[in-house]
Amino acid sequence: MNKNMERLYNGIIKENPVLILMLGMCPTLAVTSSAMNGLGMGLSTTAVLVFSNLIISAFRKIIPDGVRMPAYIVIVASLVTVVQFLMNAYTPSLTDSLGVYIPLIVVNCIILGRAESYASKNPVIPSIFDGIGMGLGFTVGLILIGMVRELLGAGQIFGFQVFSLDWFTPITIFVMAPGAFLVLAFLVVGMNFVRAKMEAKGKPLAKPAGCLTGDCTGCGHAASCSGKAVSKTAEQTEKKME
Amino acid sequence: MEELLLIAVASAIVNNVVLSQFLGICSFLGVSRKTETAVGMGAAVVFVITISSFVAAVIYKFVLANDYLMSRGIDLTYLQTIVFILVIAALVQFVEMFLKKNVPSLYQSLGVYLALITTNCAVLGVALTNVTKEYGILESVVNGFATAMGYLIAIVILAGIREKIEFNDIPKPFQGMASVLLTSCLMSIAFMGFSGMI
Repeated sequence: MNKNMERLYNGIIKENPVLILMLGMCPTLAVTSSAMNGLGMGLSTTAVLVFSNLIISAFRKIIPDGVRMPAYIVIVASLVTVVQFLMNAYTPSLTDSLGVYIPLIVVNCIILGRAESYASKNPVIPSIFDGIGMGLGFTVGLILIGMVRELLGAGQIFGFQVFSLDWFTPITIFVMAPGAFLVLAFLVVGMNFVRAKMEAKGKPLAKPAGCLTGDCTGCGHAASCSGKAVSKTAEQTEKKME
Repeated sequence: MEELLLIAVASAIVNNVVLSQFLGICSFLGVSRKTETAVGMGAAVVFVITISSFVAAVIYKFVLANDYLMSRGIDLTYLQTIVFILVIAALVQFVEMFLKKNVPSLYQSLGVYLALITTNCAVLGVALTNVTKEYGILESVVNGFATAMGYLIAIVILAGIREKIEFNDIPKPFQGMASVLLTSCLMSIAFMGFSGMI
């Protein structure tokens, strides 16, 4: 398997940002009320991620280390603005349903995280494939969560009526805010279960990253916070335990 | 006045920033292990969002959507995402330096959390929402303050519950994040009850 295919596999399966690494929780919870929204959000994030990886990797030797975070943020914000206007022009209904979450792609931890941990250290072509892999992995995660919520909450998948309303009463709460937390909670439970199984088999999965676990390795914001808040919390807990 | 009060109640409680809009989830779940740290984080968020929504509103009104430029057909509002994120990042750094030098006691209690807030999506989210809803400067500040108060309320409640359930006997796969997410789900259902208020 060559390096580029390995990046794709890594992003979609091995280190899937939603299902395994548990990154980018804000959009994951917010836009998965239907599979279509998940697809739209996933693909627009993928577009931003591919181009930001490309540009950051191309300029990785020029950007001074001290100001790399602001530089990345400017690059990502410009790309997000472009994507926002393209979506405004060609998919107005999707723009309406995603709303403020499109400009908020700027602060998605996956994008800054990949810039920091991969694109800033690797050549252009693998970085592009890393972006495609991670982006598609994110899209797949969002579509799966969106499908579960849409199916239970409205009996539909991608807008098609799967469960006939003659016998199925939609559990509306699944397409509302609490449903997002509920589905994600059970996703975490399932992943914990699978993780334990795989570990027993001797094939451990990649560890979750990001604030959810208090582990900062995969988080793009680690540079600005350097784990201060989380480690302080942990220290205090330890002190109290003693 | 009545309108401002409505904005405040709507964004603090009815459309709670965390529990119904899912902004700032990372810190909501990550820093809610203890009530003290939750209060610190919440206070820092209130502080930063109030200032940043004021600064963002001023910049939007007098620079990006400037009457003079607009009348000449120059519309800079498309730069809002870039400008807001940079202004917020710079502002947080500036506030951190200012507090360190002039109000060390406040810096002691908030300092750790300030750096964490730079890229908190709630801060950018509020600035963008203010623009979308066409709020003026005063309305933006009220909306920002109230939204942040909503965050403070939610994170303190969650931290309180987490302290209570910390030593409970929970089935293995449900331990840790899963039980916290279930707690947030129940809190979110409770906050839905407020939706009839406005």
